[in-house]
Amino acid sequence: MTDLLPQMAAQIRTAKADNAPLYIAGGDSKRDQVGRACSTEHILNVSAHSGISDYQPQELVISARAGTPLIELEAALAEQGQMLPFEPPRYAGRATLGGTLACNLSGPGRPWLGSIRDSVLGVQLINGGGQTLNFGGKVMKNVAGYDVARLQAGAMGTLGVITEVNLKVLPIPEATTTLARETSPEEALELMTRYARQPKPLTGACWIAGKLYLRLAGAASAVTRTANTWGGESADDSIWTQLQDMTHPFFTTSTELWRLATASNSPCPDTVDQCIDWGGSQRWLRSAPEHIPSGAHLSLFSGGNRETEVRGQLDQVQQTLQLRLKKAFDPSGILNPGRLYSWM
Amino acid sequence: MSLNTALATDTLLARLREILPADCLIEDQESQRPFECDGLSLYRELPLVVALPETVAQVQSVLKCCHEFGAPVVARGSGTGLCAGAMPHPEGVLLGLSKLNKIIEIDPEARTARLQPGVTNLAISEAASAHGLYYGPDPSSQIACSIGGNVAENSGGVHCLKYGLTVHNLLSVEMLTVEGERTRLGGLGLDSPGYDLMALVTGSEGLLGIIIEVTVKLLPSPEVARVVMAGFDTVRAAGDAVGAVIAAGIIPAGLEMMDALAIQAAEDFAQAGYPKDAQALLLCELDGTAEEVDQHIEAVGGIFNQHGASSLRISADDAERALLWKGRKSAFPAVGRMSADYYCMDGTIPRSQVSHVLEEINRLSKKYQLRCANVFHAGDGNLHPLIMFDGGDPKQIALAERFGADILELSVAVGGCITGEHGVGLEKLNQMPNQFSEAELHQFEDIKHAFDPALSLNPGKGIPILKRCQEYRALPGRHNHD
Repeated sequence: MTDLLPQMAAQIRTAKADNAPLYIAGGDSKRDQVGRACSTEHILNVSAHSGISDYQPQELVISARAGTPLIELEAALAEQGQMLPFEPPRYAGRATLGGTLACNLSGPGRPWLGSIRDSVLGVQLINGGGQTLNFGGKVMKNVAGYDVARLQAGAMGTLGVITEVNLKVLPIPEATTTLARETSPEEALELMTRYARQPKPLTGACWIAGKLYLRLAGAASAVTRTANTWGGESADDSIWTQLQDMTHPFFTTSTELWRLATASNSPCPDTVDQCIDWGGSQRWLRSAPEHIPSGAHLSLFSGGNRETEVRGQLDQVQQTLQLRLKKAFDPSGILNPGRLYSWM
Repeated sequence: MSLNTALATDTLLARLREILPADCLIEDQESQRPFECDGLSLYRELPLVVALPETVAQVQSVLKCCHEFGAPVVARGSGTGLCAGAMPHPEGVLLGLSKLNKIIEIDPEARTARLQPGVTNLAISEAASAHGLYYGPDPSSQIACSIGGNVAENSGGVHCLKYGLTVHNLLSVEMLTVEGERTRLGGLGLDSPGYDLMALVTGSEGLLGIIIEVTVKLLPSPEVARVVMAGFDTVRAAGDAVGAVIAAGIIPAGLEMMDALAIQAAEDFAQAGYPKDAQALLLCELDGTAEEVDQHIEAVGGIFNQHGASSLRISADDAERALLWKGRKSAFPAVGRMSADYYCMDGTIPRSQVSHVLEEINRLSKKYQLRCANVFHAGDGNLHPLIMFDGGDPKQIALAERFGADILELSVAVGGCITGEHGVGLEKLNQMPNQFSEAELHQFEDIKHAFDPALSLNPGKGIPILKRCQEYRALPGRHNHD
């Protein structure tokens, strides 16, 4: 529990004055992933700025400093029968709240429970001018001013150093059960699509290592009834944690890992090694597909050459808007330069 | 070029006449009257001209033309907004998008709908129902309000706690920049490259771009929905019961509270069978599979009884459920029957503060000598006080505005915000400095500049011009957060 806000703001102001860009590190668990390599030698360390600042279980709201490890948050929530709805990867306990928001990472329940982008209610950040600013709040609905809090999700710290986050949380479901069956990926996609159209307590649908897994979670009566109707073999719930933390053998080799965000029913790409998650909306691929479906986004999640662009290309109109937005927050370009795009 | 000269104005109008068919351009003041305000009729203004394009290409041409002349552009969907966000600019073009009202495609497999911006909220669910699907957010104006307007305001409704706001139910938004350039934000997957501009544009009140297409997520229609209604002798007991439902791990589809005046007004209007002697009424809707709803109905009924409910009723069928909702859904017109005019506020507060805030509103009601009925989205803390006044009496209008401003400032003081779902528009500009510091307001202005350097899109709304704020802050007795 340390408050390092004044020190961090001072470090940013100095960096701006010296024109010496900063690499923002929390638990430093994702340095070689998600974004591009950032060659800046000066580091702004957020990890010691840590601790839960407010938790109101009856409001379903928790606030914590950005350096707070996710596992600390989860432990506090579990004591009250609550959880982070977005099931973020915890990187062996090193992942922090701020880094999770900056990278917008979420687990297998995303289509049903949202990502951290959907749970964030408010943020405090320090912009590139060294100003400490608060956006959003601690209530479920808030449309005053632009939604700067949600904008931080996936911005990788390039718009500001996230220092505190308010989140909406949810009760832990009363019951959870996992069903599995062996299928081809094509058949798995068809089944996922069919089941997701039914009003049943589905909160996970993935295909990995030749098997389709479905997770049912909610009221015990509904989970049991649906499991009996849908059938399939009963499987261990640990498959979801293996997806969440990317500890399943599919993820543990160090070769290129591509992520395709696409329509849930878009056809399987012709690559050999893949994992389908998010009911079809997320495809993990061991090599880049030849064809990217319309409206989809391909990114190089980990491995490969991280000096080149690792995110999909933006059209010229949006590139201009995004660059102007970056300048609106960080006119001197001192926050994580090049981490998101080489030109940003 | 600028519109400072009559010649420039004439040239702009001549160009617009070339772009749009005659019936898509309204130039005479009498025909412009229906467009002079949105749902908040306290604020009215006539535009230079009303443009009602029928195609995206026409919208694009109108924007390019306005950009060339530096003319202000105010976008309007159905005009049901409640913050004067769509009030016209006297020197500008009111750009109505209601004619772009086609459902382009519904993909039941992907559970998505591609829509033009003028499609009404309810029309989405009606079209999706053939596939057993629906669109989640359901603002009270859903019969009339458009999806483009919903995106601009990040509209909510009564089901937000469980199903989220507009921003949680979008996949993609196509937008024209102020220069008339087209770009697609978001995508068909759940992540898109770069910054989440779709999230930024949602709720930006037409200040950052003009929305020309929206792709929304659809949800499977629940098997069953049932409502528990309970009356309470005190607001505090009802508030505690709400907290206890959440603490029991139940997320209701809807959870609404009404105070004594709102109960009476609604019951006189709708005859829904509300207990007229109750000080507070809760309506709790549970949806899901049949088993789940049965299980949760029993649990919620038990919690309400434990918290001293003076009456309890559970809907047996959809007809009874509709009747119980009818009272709540007609609360606004019901209050309209008690008073010629009413002013609807929109602060959001932490749920635990509800009894304190309602006590304060009662005190203010006595102070200003104006009645106030309260309806409350108790599940997500969004409070709608309805201040009753006589619009023919300028003194009462001024008092109602001050009463409203006090409520918003109270909402901020207890840890909430000035607007949960109606937006800032013109109406709440003066309260923005209560919620945000000067540096924060500057950051908003810098964002606005990034999208619209000449400040042509909906000027004078949403975010304050800082000079004006400083003047307002200088008024005696105003709280400020510096």
